[in-house]
Amino acid sequence: MSLFNVLDVSGSGMRAQSIRLNTVASNLANAESVSSTAEGAYRSKQPIFKAMLHDGINGASASVEVTKIVQKETAPRRQYMPEHPMADETGHIYYSNVNSVEEMANMISASRAYQNNIEAMNTVKQLMMRTINLGN
Amino acid sequence: MPSWIDNNINVHATALSVRAKRAEILASNLANEDTPGYKARDIDFREVLSSQKQAVNGLRTTDSGHISTAGVAGATLKYRIPTQMSADGNTVESQIEQAQFGENAVRYQASLNFLNGSLKGLMLALRGE
Repeated sequence: MSLFNVLDVSGSGMRAQSIRLNTVASNLANAESVSSTAEGAYRSKQPIFKAMLHDGINGASASVEVTKIVQKETAPRRQYMPEHPMADETGHIYYSNVNSVEEMANMISASRAYQNNIEAMNTVKQLMMRTINLGN
Repeated sequence: MPSWIDNNINVHATALSVRAKRAEILASNLANEDTPGYKARDIDFREVLSSQKQAVNGLRTTDSGHISTAGVAGATLKYRIPTQMSADGNTVESQIEQAQFGENAVRYQASLNFLNGSLKGLMLALRGE
C-alpha cells in the first residue's frame, strides 16, 4: 500500500531535519568556544542531504538521507587576549568559525521542513483510517 | 452484480491507488525540500488513471521477475517547472507541494466517499429492507 510508503518518506525527512537541528544546536552551543590553537578551535558542522530513490532510478518516491556531516573550513576567528588563560605564546585565542545568524536561519528552515513532514504524515494517517473504515 | 456498481467500484478503487501513489511522490518532494539538486516530480493523474484502467484487464504478473504493466512507470513521472529556481539546483517549492498534497488528499477522500456510497447501495440491495 502506497500510503505506508508516505510514512517512510516523511519519516526519513523528519529524521534528516532532526539531524540538521542537532548540528545547529551543537554549533550554537559552541559558538563562543575558545581554543589556544587554530586547529583545536570548534568548526561548524553541516549535514549533507541526499535523495535516495526507491525501486531503482525509475522509482516514484525518494526519501532523504544524511550521507555525512562535514565541517565548515573557514578560518576560526583569532583574537588578541594576552590575559586569557587559554592564550598561546603570541597572546592570541581562537574562537569557533560558527556564524550564529546563519545557524539561526538554518534552524528556522529545519523546523519548518520538519513541520511540513508532520503535516503530510497526519493527513496520510487520516486517509488510512478512513480507508480502513470503508463500508461502515 | 449490476455492472454500473461494478464499474463504479472499479474506477474508484483504481483512482484510490493512483491517488495514494501521487501522495507518495508529493511527500517525497516535501521531504526533499532542502536536498541540493533534487528536482520536484509529479504525475499526470488523468494519464496514469487511464493507463491503469487498461492495465486492470492487461497483463498479470505471477513471478517477482515479471515486469508489471500496472503501477506508475518511470516514464510517466514528470518534473515540475519551478517558478523560482534556487541556487543549489533544488526545484521544490513547499507552498506548491503542500497545496497539491492537500488537493490530492481531498480528492482521495472524495473517491472514498463515492466508494462508500456504492457499497452502501449494494448492501441495501442485498438486504432488501
